[in-house]
Amino acid sequence: MNSRDTLAQRIHRGEVRALARGLSMVENGDPGAGELLHTLFSAIPDHVTIGVTGPPGAGKSTLLDRMITRFRSQERRVGVIAVDPSSPFTGGALLGDRLRMQSHAVDPGVFIRSMGNRGHLGGISGATRDAGLILAAAGYDPVLVETVGVGQAEVEVAEIADVTALVLVPGTGDEVQAMKAGIMEIADLIVLNKADRPGMDQLEAAVAASLELAPEDRPRPPVVRVSAESGEGLEALWTSLDLLLSSTDPELRRLENTRRILRGILGESGARFGEMLLRSEYGSENELLELISGGSVTPYEAGLRLVRVAERMLEEDENQQD
Amino acid sequence: MDRRTRVLIGKPGLDGHDRGAKYIARALRDAGMEVIYTGIRQTPQAIAEAALQEDVDFVGLSLLSGAHNHLFPEVARILRDKGGADIILFGGGVIPEEDIPGLKQAGFKAIFTPGTPASEVVAFIENELKNRN
Repeated sequence: MNSRDTLAQRIHRGEVRALARGLSMVENGDPGAGELLHTLFSAIPDHVTIGVTGPPGAGKSTLLDRMITRFRSQERRVGVIAVDPSSPFTGGALLGDRLRMQSHAVDPGVFIRSMGNRGHLGGISGATRDAGLILAAAGYDPVLVETVGVGQAEVEVAEIADVTALVLVPGTGDEVQAMKAGIMEIADLIVLNKADRPGMDQLEAAVAASLELAPEDRPRPPVVRVSAESGEGLEALWTSLDLLLSSTDPELRRLENTRRILRGILGESGARFGEMLLRSEYGSENELLELISGGSVTPYEAGLRLVRVAERMLEEDENQQD
Repeated sequence: MDRRTRVLIGKPGLDGHDRGAKYIARALRDAGMEVIYTGIRQTPQAIAEAALQEDVDFVGLSLLSGAHNHLFPEVARILRDKGGADIILFGGGVIPEEDIPGLKQAGFKAIFTPGTPASEVVAFIENELKNRN
């Protein structure tokens, strides 16, 4: 426990090596990660998380690089989590987002961490939220999250970000049509990047058309044209971003974040509890699978039985307390 | 626990020939590792800082310009100074045979010269991991 406390203290002091270790712990699902987050939790300062998402090649990393420069000019320390896809076959990953942000590598006010999604399907990795909390505990604010190049349904970044920017480029008008149900709905801000390229007007029209179909009660995301490469339009983007950030209520933000953390933890501990029950009732998952393929049990029946066992345990517990 | 081997592949100095670095990066990825590629023309400090932030197990440097005797040890020195002495270093590129002992003395566990199959680099990493555990 003491070594964990020390790691937490070192993270609090902003020690790079300790912070890097802490991030690896949450990423690897290290048994000490829960304890570490517990120790850090109450001292996490108020901070904002900005998600940057969009299809592959939209210029997310370049835009992030510009965003880092911009927040650094306000003397804020910037944390970045950049997620790239892991190979589903080998588990390996080529993490190249950093390439476009390397000019910030020697700036002590910037911490960049690359992550493979390790099979997680929502456009971020399973550890991204907790990694963001650790960066915040080390004093980084804002925390910027870059998703893997996403398609239509990778909307999870909106679950962890206070503001989510969707980056689109000309030539993807048809894709915008297809996206309208999923990813278009999570965007708080739409960035039309590579403004110097032909096809910008068509893209803007496609975006406008798809926003027409969005539910009336949702605020319309501002749409900004930029060229992250040349810097054109960035001032207008920062204005929109600041407006969105200042319109989120810190109290509400904290409450919502905590609710999501809690739900995540419930999901994990629920799964663990379920596995424990399964082992006590059926021996092992494989034994249950054999029963199911033998036809004596259905998976649904097994699920109901596990819930009944849990209910009985709770009842007995209550009776003992009475 | 889902621990993956993390390797940073970097190119210090001024040469822009990154074919070898990318070839190795890809091979390591295909061997199941997480490879952080930082691109060409990096300062030793930028490479070392990236390695520390990314919490890598290995740093592999590639250089074809001839400045390896200066730039490779510099990365090793910065890593040591910043608490990254446990990160295992290897290098590759156009490196004359007679320079290899000096680089090893500077902290490089292996130097791979042109023509080395990628499988040899993978085997080196796997072997180092086995020895460490």
